[in-house]
Parts: sequence; structure tokens; C-alpha cells
Amino acid sequence: MLAATAAALVGLAIVLAFFVAPEDADQGISQRIFYFHVPIALTAYVCFGWGAWKALLLLWKREERYDLESYVAVHQGTIFGALTLATGSIWAKASWGKWWVWDSNQLVLFLVLFLFYSAYFMLRFSIDEGPRRANVSAVYALFGVALIPVSFLAIRLAEDFIHPTTFTRDGPQMTGTMFFTFCVAWLAITALAYVFYRVELLGKRLDANLRELREALT
Amino acid sequence: MSSGEKYVAAAYGVIFVTVLVYVVIIAAKLARLERETAELAELARRRSPGG
Repeated sequence: MLAATAAALVGLAIVLAFFVAPEDADQGISQRIFYFHVPIALTAYVCFGWGAWKALLLLWKREERYDLESYVAVHQGTIFGALTLATGSIWAKASWGKWWVWDSNQLVLFLVLFLFYSAYFMLRFSIDEGPRRANVSAVYALFGVALIPVSFLAIRLAEDFIHPTTFTRDGPQMTGTMFFTFCVAWLAITALAYVFYRVELLGKRLDANLRELREALT
Repeated sequence: MSSGEKYVAAAYGVIFVTVLVYVVIIAAKLARLERETAELAELARRRSPGG
């Protein structure tokens, strides 16, 4: 049911982005990348934050299930982070004529955040399964969350004029239709991420249970 | 197709392909789990006194 809702929302967001939202006077058609690029980036932040929250719960309550939940959330965040970098790079080429701009603090900090969480997997799988691995992974995931507000606020703190600022203290810098389209797209991507999170978690739990069962039977 | 349209198509294409690949991987994993469950059920049946 949730998967069908997510799929319907994604379809609606695409229709709104291409057929309802007006074309941007400055950037033209390439601005339509915004409707999925920004929600994907925000969803990546949410996934990393969710992973850190689950890591905190693991360290606090010492319940084993939080380790897997934190891992799956970080995995989702990394997928959405890679998508953010890919779509952002395409948008940069369309708007600025360059695939990547090292002068933009927000871009570089997002890349740092992405690489930090990519290293999470190397660290996690370099340790044998057990409480030690869960604890080390949780502490690492918690450290990474500190990069999220830095990455998010970098553009405002550093007065970065390269990467556009859409949301300012005066509200969203776009028309009502554009903002509505953005909200629907964000809802769609969040729903999609939640469905992926639930399915992946279910698969991993089933896998672990089957492994235990196999060991008991053989 | 203009240059802008090509970039928009590329960006949405990347998203579509990523989601598709993810779904295919998850589907393959669920199929493997289903197969393993059936194998274990068969093993358990053979081991049970009446099986």
C-alpha cells in the first residue's frame, strides 16, 4: 500500500514538474532538475540523521535491533547522497558549464559528508560481526551527523554565491506552483526512501533469521 | 532536443536507472530468501520424526 502511494506520488511529482510548474525565467528547462535534486539531497540528510538517531538508541538502550536499523538508514543515505551528487553535477554542467565547482562550499561539504558515510561501510565490514562492530559503527554514524548542519548551512554561513539559495529567511524564492511541486516531490522521495528502508530492513532481518535457522538445523 | 533538455533527461534518467537497479537487487535478494526458506522447510520436514 505504501509502495503504491510512493509510486503514485513520484508519478504526480513528475507530471507537476514537467507539465504544471512554470519554466524558470533565468535557467529555463534545466531548473526542472531542482524538483528532484533538492528533495533527494534533503532525504539523504534525513537518512543519515535517522541512522545517527538509531545509533544513539543502540548505545543508550543496548538493543541489538538498532544496529541493523542504523546500518540500513546509512545505506539509504549513501544511495540518495550518490544520486544528489550525480544529479547536482548534471545540473551544474547545464547551468554553469562545469560538472563540478570546487569553490562552492556546499558542494564540497556534501561530498565530504558522502565520503565520510561511504567510509562507514569499510569500517563496518572490517570488523567481525558482534557487539564491537555494532558499537564502533554506531559511534562513527553519530560523529557523521555533526556534518549535516554544517553541510546544510555552509552556503549561508560562507555567503557562497555559486550554489543558488532557494530557501531564505524571507521564505521560498519561487512561485506558489513551483513550491507546491517541490513539496509533492519531497513527499514522494521521502515515501520512496521509507519504502526502501522498510523492505531492505525486512530482507536483512529475514536473512539473519534464516542464517540462525540453518545453523540450528545443520 | 536542446542542450538543456538533454541534461534534464540525463538527470531524470540517472534517478530512474538507480531506482530500477535498487529494485532489481532487492527483488533478487527476496527471491534468494524465498528459495532458502523453502530449502530449510524441506530440511526440517526430512528431520522431523514423521518426515
